[in-house]
Amino acid sequence: MNTGEHEETSDLTPLGYPRRLLAPGQTYASVTETITSIPLARQPPRAWYYCFAAAFLLLMLLLVAVTWLLVKGVGIWGINIPVAWGFAIVNFVWWIGIGHAGTFISAILLLLFQQWRTAINRLTEAMTLFAVACAGLFPLLHLGRPWVFWWILPYPDTMGLWPQFRSPLVWDVFAVSTYFTVSLLFWYLGLLPDLATVRDKADTPGRKRIYGILALGWRGSALHWQRHQSAYLLLAGLATPLVISVHSVVSFDFSVAIVPGWHSTIFPPYFVAGAIYSGFAMVLNIVIPIRKLYGLEGLITPRYLNNMANVMLVTGEIVAYGYFIEAFMAWFGGDKFDAYMMYNRAFGPYGWVFWSLMGLNVVIPQALWSRRVRRNPLLLFLVALSINIGMWVERFVIVITSLHRDFTPSAWGMYIPTVWDWATLAGTIGLFLTLLFLFIRFLPIISISETRELLSEEAKTAA
Amino acid sequence: MRTASATYGLIAEFESPAQLLEAAALARERGYREMDGYTPFPVEGLPEALGRKRTRVPLIVLVGGICGGVGGYFMQWYANVISYPLNIGGRPLNSWPLFIPITFELTILCAALSGFFGSLVMNRLPQPYHPVFGAPNFERASIDHFFLCIEAADPMFDPIVTHAFLTALDPLSVSEVET
Repeated sequence: MNTGEHEETSDLTPLGYPRRLLAPGQTYASVTETITSIPLARQPPRAWYYCFAAAFLLLMLLLVAVTWLLVKGVGIWGINIPVAWGFAIVNFVWWIGIGHAGTFISAILLLLFQQWRTAINRLTEAMTLFAVACAGLFPLLHLGRPWVFWWILPYPDTMGLWPQFRSPLVWDVFAVSTYFTVSLLFWYLGLLPDLATVRDKADTPGRKRIYGILALGWRGSALHWQRHQSAYLLLAGLATPLVISVHSVVSFDFSVAIVPGWHSTIFPPYFVAGAIYSGFAMVLNIVIPIRKLYGLEGLITPRYLNNMANVMLVTGEIVAYGYFIEAFMAWFGGDKFDAYMMYNRAFGPYGWVFWSLMGLNVVIPQALWSRRVRRNPLLLFLVALSINIGMWVERFVIVITSLHRDFTPSAWGMYIPTVWDWATLAGTIGLFLTLLFLFIRFLPIISISETRELLSEEAKTAA
Repeated sequence: MRTASATYGLIAEFESPAQLLEAAALARERGYREMDGYTPFPVEGLPEALGRKRTRVPLIVLVGGICGGVGGYFMQWYANVISYPLNIGGRPLNSWPLFIPITFELTILCAALSGFFGSLVMNRLPQPYHPVFGAPNFERASIDHFFLCIEAADPMFDPIVTHAFLTALDPLSVSEVET
């Protein structure tokens, strides 16, 4: 990355990072121009078309897979008894975990005054929304009869029934739908002033009108800003415990059951750490190509990449500790079913999956201790990719190896994913990427007003 | 029907947030009350300089959250104790620890919804048209310039005196905003 290094600015923090986040020479107008030029360009870069076409093809694959599922039923998947939770749940947990980094960056880092979130929070919030949309599909499709999904919602129905409010699966419905709604509100609230900027910069009447409608008539009034900032901060404050609760509730789906390998109190913190871990990996997998493609190196400086790598390193160690404690407790707890589960996980028929998990998720990420890796976009991209795949494999190990050998050997079975399992997984990646590329094309991917604010603060400290 | 009352106010354009802050403070000192700043990002201290008090958004969020929490718990209690009680192994019908996750989620959901819609309603958005949009160069209020508008509704407002006052603040321009 040619424009990457800004170390020459003498002003360094005690830890040796540049005090300024933004590259020198940026002004309010230049920041606005750089960011709005993407949605307002006549033509997106050629690479955008290729990426979008590939994503759209995968989305069509999802359409086929879901249609066939609705026609034939969940039998087209590899699920059986004892492995009733196959890819659907693996993918659900994986996608929802990816979403968590978005909320973490936009809400928790906002409350902690971490200004380095500014250049990436919009993109990661969008990532959250799209990931949660993909996640939400799986439990619905797994219902078997998705067309009556609203039976899990509480409403005064003619059958006189209520959902089972004591079940973690119903908690999930509330947690995930709340998460999606709050993420959407938070994202749109932050987007509002930027939509007004795009409206004011737009050069055709059609664009002026569309962005004008979306901006709701925002005019940057001081009084409006005051309420906007208050609401934004409060939403961040609300999203913070929410994001912790969502993956905790997801982990309750497992840990409230008595299945060996699931029934463990370490699950909520270990799931939340894993979620943030994979989420940051996904952010890096998205941000590194985009900053290159659109020349945003001056706004998304290597320091951002370095900080994200640091978060991955910390959460990665927590996850590794979780793996260790699972194995330790299986031995120390003295429960023979637990001990067998752990032995079977490592040396049973799915042993190779377990060891690839260790390689992808524990060994390879140790490269992040090296500052050179953290600051090299290509290497960082590869490590992040390894973590993303590793976290998917982790959920596979948790779901499948815990289920496939039931308490009685007569009930043992194997789970082999079918082509439709893979097609649905690939299809949701298509859905995610299609939404992401549309977002990149049509909306400001970096918060313009927050970048200006950061610029004004940096100018103040410099003066 | 274009009379003297067709003026919405006078608007001055500044280059930096510091200039706008100073101008707002001076205008307030002069006794102007009906005025507003228009800025491309939230300028710290500007609402106070314009004499705005704290916002009531937090109160709305609090009330929304309490309603969501109480309503959420009530729903589960009503379903399990009143509407469809099921005795399973003699366990209590009102098993409150298991009702906490949904109570929590609904607290957050209602608080967030009231914060979002509350702030929009208080800001009277969506509002597709506003007189200041007609001010020359106003599109830069969302890019890089900082505006102060003293409204004609202010009792102190006088087209000539206010114009002279704003011009003395060394703005880039002073223009009239028509309704």
